[in-house]
Amino acid sequence: MTLLLIALGAAVGAPLRYLADRAVQARHDTTFPWGTLSVNVAGSALLGFLVALPAGDQVMALAATGFCGALTTYSTFGYETVRLLEEGARFHAVANAVTSVVAGLGAAFCGAMLAQALL
Amino acid sequence: MTDRPIDPDVDLHIPAQRSEPLAPVLAVIAAGGALGALARYAVQSALPAGPVGFPWATFWINVSGCLLIAVLMVLITEVRRAHRLVRPFLGVGVLGGYTTFSTYAVDIQRLVTAGRAVPGLLYLAGTLAAALAAVAAGMWLTRRLAGVR
Repeated sequence: MTLLLIALGAAVGAPLRYLADRAVQARHDTTFPWGTLSVNVAGSALLGFLVALPAGDQVMALAATGFCGALTTYSTFGYETVRLLEEGARFHAVANAVTSVVAGLGAAFCGAMLAQALL
Repeated sequence: MTDRPIDPDVDLHIPAQRSEPLAPVLAVIAAGGALGALARYAVQSALPAGPVGFPWATFWINVSGCLLIAVLMVLITEVRRAHRLVRPFLGVGVLGGYTTFSTYAVDIQRLVTAGRAVPGLLYLAGTLAAALAAVAAGMWLTRRLAGVR
């Protein structure tokens, strides 16, 4: 059951990352990876919230391990950062790494605080 | 700008990706994402960290996923043309579903909240450094082995 819920959550989270990335890029024509940054920050906020609740095992499998895990990505973030360096966009590369980590961590804290405020 | 993408998931600067047919692409991303997430769960179950332990499982997942996406992207953008569903399935789906940024951020937040700021910051910086090094190493190695550049 756990495996099924994880697969189900991921089967929604991963395509949503692709669609969100497309939507963001269609509105902002820049090489800065705003799309990946957005899904990573949103997913970190939601996971921070779920972990702090804490939600039940089945909700965690579906929404945390499955959905949040697949919505967010480290491989795409890492590849984009190195590609920006390769293209000589050193400022964008550093800004992407710093912003992703700071905003992702900030979002996780905000999600956790929201959960605690609701309890 | 070269003709190689910055964003491996979808890069609208690449003309072919602007006109990708949505239904088959989303289907293979969903399938790949599910497989990747299950692989991540298997690694995390095999190497449980405990509530305030150093998250080695997620560390290795993210670093290995970064190495693999670099190998994949060099192979399909520089070495040979791949079927149009290979990048969505393996890159966006499997590797995107396997690696995770949310668990990385929340694990740091939990370590810091539990008063373990030093391991938390070591994990923050260590994952970032190792992941970027893995991407660079994956690109370099694949280019060398494939004889491009």
